Amino acid sequence: MALAINTKRGMVTAALVAPAVAWLFIFLVLPFIAMVVFSVGDRAPEGGYQPAFTFAQFANLPSRAAAFWNTLVLAPIGSLLCLIVAYPVAYYLAVKATPRYRLLLVSLVVVPFWTSLLVRTYAWMYLLGSRGIPNLLGMIGIEDVRILNTPGAVLLGIVYGYLPLMIMPIYVNLEKLDRRLLEASADLGAKPVSTFFSVTLPLSLPGVMTGLALVTILLLGEYLIPQLLGGGKVFFIGNALVDLFLQSRNWPFGSAIAVTLVVVVVFVLLIAMRIAWKIAGTRQVDLV
Amino acid sequence: MSKSFKENAPISAEQFMDELMRLKRGSVTRRHFLGVTGLGLACAILARETGLFSTPAFAEDLSKQMSIATWPNYHDPATFEAFTAATGVAVEVNVFGSNEEMLAKLQAGGTGWDLFVPTNYTISTYAKLGLIDALDMPKLLNYSAATETARFTAEGVIDGTTYAVPKNWGTTGIAVNSTKIKTPVTSWKDFFEIAQGEGDTRVMVHDYQLTTIGNALVSLGYSFNSIKPEELAKAEELLVKVKPHLYAINSDYQPAMRAGDAWMTMCWTNDGAQLNRDVPEIKFVLGKDGGEIWSDFYAIPKSAANKPAGYALLNYLMDPSNAVKEHIANGAPTTDSRVLSLLPKEVTSNTIVYPPEAELTPLEFGAAVTLTDPARAEVMARFKSA
Repeated sequence: MALAINTKRGMVTAALVAPAVAWLFIFLVLPFIAMVVFSVGDRAPEGGYQPAFTFAQFANLPSRAAAFWNTLVLAPIGSLLCLIVAYPVAYYLAVKATPRYRLLLVSLVVVPFWTSLLVRTYAWMYLLGSRGIPNLLGMIGIEDVRILNTPGAVLLGIVYGYLPLMIMPIYVNLEKLDRRLLEASADLGAKPVSTFFSVTLPLSLPGVMTGLALVTILLLGEYLIPQLLGGGKVFFIGNALVDLFLQSRNWPFGSAIAVTLVVVVVFVLLIAMRIAWKIAGTRQVDLV
Repeated sequence: MSKSFKENAPISAEQFMDELMRLKRGSVTRRHFLGVTGLGLACAILARETGLFSTPAFAEDLSKQMSIATWPNYHDPATFEAFTAATGVAVEVNVFGSNEEMLAKLQAGGTGWDLFVPTNYTISTYAKLGLIDALDMPKLLNYSAATETARFTAEGVIDGTTYAVPKNWGTTGIAVNSTKIKTPVTSWKDFFEIAQGEGDTRVMVHDYQLTTIGNALVSLGYSFNSIKPEELAKAEELLVKVKPHLYAINSDYQPAMRAGDAWMTMCWTNDGAQLNRDVPEIKFVLGKDGGEIWSDFYAIPKSAANKPAGYALLNYLMDPSNAVKEHIANGAPTTDSRVLSLLPKEVTSNTIVYPPEAELTPLEFGAAVTLTDPARAEVMARFKSA
């Protein structure tokens, strides 16, 4: 009898999980296998892929070291800048804003998402070009400011584009914050600043870590913002990939880089998670 | 109530423009536009009239939508609007910065293009890979092989079969803002020197291996089409050295040149003519040490979804009375003597568009091998990711 119930339950579970498994298999596992197979192949004479078994593509990886380096430096810097800008906003939304305005303010954060990032990044091209912000600066005597097509412009675009993805997890986390803990801290004589650093901030770390992981992972594959705001000079590994598939038509080398990128992302993510849960975990135990 | 007296009156010019702008903004459907302006009725009547639109392509069902792949700033938008008004087929325009990108898309499949604009040196590869159709010439009655200039059209014909018909020819030269850069620029050697000096952080190169590597090779005294490893290595060295001094690597350089963000760029004839027309201080010069002369073609991808519309648009563009408007708008020199005779004097006497023959002598046509050579592709990719 018990066995029958178990089998039945098992079948229901299997039926419920099947679509997700099929989805992951078709759209994640199979493409990844294809990528690995391509990465040990050769470029066909006119471009594309021809079967082979060689590690020549992986041996060529150092030629893209600069792009990997750019990505691995600018992605974390970008997400940290995002965090610095996003935290006060999320804090204000969750803690300071009155419920009446909160909904309005949260929608103001989300609404830009309704317009394509491509269009918004194009708008930045004009804002940062010499007829935009540099022109205004010129009027007040700050001449010859160059913003467009610099790493700074790319970082600005990144912070702008990914801000909502950072604000939301922190906001959700802070919103759940038990106000009584803040009162307790004040009752025990802590000044607002030390309450923030020893109570609020540690409690919001899971949100911070989620935001950082989300933004960093997306940035590791970023292509559009460096292309438009970096003038094709600030090169991310995503740009190298696009180049290999859409210009050089070197699918095997592109696949090798993609495989490497996946490995790097998993590696970065594992380390980040370890650190994150270590900090967040211990602090939480201390407090509760 | 009696009918309004305006009911059957023809639409006024102002109303027509209002309706046209509404259509362009997408506020109204094409059906509404054709109905309210009477154009739909007019077209329907004209279509029945033999001898007006009697080309075979128009007789077929053209469907509602087609797509063309072409280059930046390369057409008069009015041409496509007029084609849409005449046929009811809306034209979606895709813009690319290199032949490699077009080839990559066609190799990967599913582009949806019904017509595209490849450059002379790529056609043999497209034909060899079976990516383009041999053209069905009876559908292109407006095309006249007899009036074309063989020098610019030869590569469209392979073993007697026509795979592509010419759009226009041109050169790859240097556009320079003469108020910003005072040093005279006469060669690609000058170009790369100024890029690291007077024009520091103000110079653009194409995101296109043929011209960017080719012109670097020329500046070093090598052939534009070289695939010799040691010469390519020298060109790569030069490009990587120049890269930190560049403003951008992009084939769509008109916006930056017009805004004054960039002061000098690699530039195609048609863009040079457009820039000089609108911003007279931007001059166009050909490298006296060499560079590229080219002709662009129209071809129909084997994978085209709407070939009847592709042929219809191509035939429309081959009509000299339509082509002449395109040439006036985009500033590229024509390969067709019928069009040349229709062009106004100020176009044919413009030395940017029709330079003296002596200036063309050092220029080279791109060679087919550069399109597929893995070394050139990799040099370009390494330069960009350096």
